[in-house]
Amino acid sequence: MATRQVARAGLPLMNIVRMKGVPILQQLEVEECLLRTSSENWCIINDGTDKPNIVMGISGKPAELVEISPVLEDKIPVIRRFTGGGTVIVDHGTIFVSFICNKDDVADVQPYPRPIMSWSSLLYSQVFQGVTNFRLRENDYVFGHRKFGGNAQSITKNRWIHHTSFLWDYEARNMSYLRLPKRAPEYRLARDHLDFICPMKDYLSRSEFITRTIDAAESHFSVESTEFEAVKPPSNMKFTPTSRLLTNQELEAAGNTSI
Amino acid sequence: MALRIWASSTANALRLSSATRPHFSPLSRCFSSVLDGLKYANSHEWVKHEGPVATIGITDHAQDHLGEVVFVELPEAGGTVTKATGFGAVESVKATSDVNSPISGEIVEVNSKLSQTPGLINSSPYEDGWMIKVKPSNPSELESLMGATQYTKFCEEEDAAH
Repeated sequence: MATRQVARAGLPLMNIVRMKGVPILQQLEVEECLLRTSSENWCIINDGTDKPNIVMGISGKPAELVEISPVLEDKIPVIRRFTGGGTVIVDHGTIFVSFICNKDDVADVQPYPRPIMSWSSLLYSQVFQGVTNFRLRENDYVFGHRKFGGNAQSITKNRWIHHTSFLWDYEARNMSYLRLPKRAPEYRLARDHLDFICPMKDYLSRSEFITRTIDAAESHFSVESTEFEAVKPPSNMKFTPTSRLLTNQELEAAGNTSI
Repeated sequence: MALRIWASSTANALRLSSATRPHFSPLSRCFSSVLDGLKYANSHEWVKHEGPVATIGITDHAQDHLGEVVFVELPEAGGTVTKATGFGAVESVKATSDVNSPISGEIVEVNSKLSQTPGLINSSPYEDGWMIKVKPSNPSELESLMGATQYTKFCEEEDAAH
């Protein structure tokens, strides 16, 4: 039975972990481990990852989502993560924010995808209040009709994770590694990537965004800072993460698949 | 509230096998069907025990709240499941959601149709959308599960609390 930790303010406790440049696969492994083995609430913030990586959702098929030949040629890692959702290419310009919560500590939110997504959109509405026209649109975070944040979740019996990759900045040439997905939001209207997305840097600095996000979290939780080293799974932990790097053989086989 | 109870009772009386029902505006609740003769877990899975085999899936309430299922992850036959522990997952609306087994036992069959047609979970959660068949190792576990009436009330209370 999980013990609910409640700070003096009466709000549930949330541990904030701030990182910079942590490899995305390592971040995903830490997140899945915390989701599955911890009983505490966590907010993980990774200010940029170390190098470009393509990250697909749990059901992602590289043949459909990725330009296999240039990815292989340029040695871009392709990861399949443990959460649902679509495909992103992330790099040092991406800011990651993840909330891992006990469902009972966010008791007014039913542990299903749409209520959790609504909850997150309210939190980020606070972050962008007075900044620009932020909204949640078909499960994406947008400014107007351009996406700047992609979301994904994983829901267990008593806990859930909602994590977001924010395009604070990006390199246009990296988007050419991604194909137009079969399942795309209606508002995308078949636009290619560069016409569909926009960078957050036009509106907020990195530090201001992170500060505002922590401030918004403080309206729901009693937050405490925790060092990244403290949340890394110990080597003797019996937990096997499911996010993984696809092999070259898998990518080559996908490239040989006729769609 | 009275209308939803009537709808559930009617579904039970009719023993509706299909989960198709009218969909109302996004702001209103769908009337989820609950079938007599099944047992239900508080994590919204159902189990139908017939002779030596128990069939397991997720309820109409669950599929309605999850949204369109686009991917199903299932174990292989020959493995085992443990009561109240996850055995698979469904993907919907950018989320993976664990599916938990209401009972313990050996998996004897897995619904292979779900790999090509995951939407069967939405369109037919109690029939074509079944997920696994299990040989129960401890049939008494079924006694601790909810019946149709209790599960209907459980769903209503859960929805009303949010």
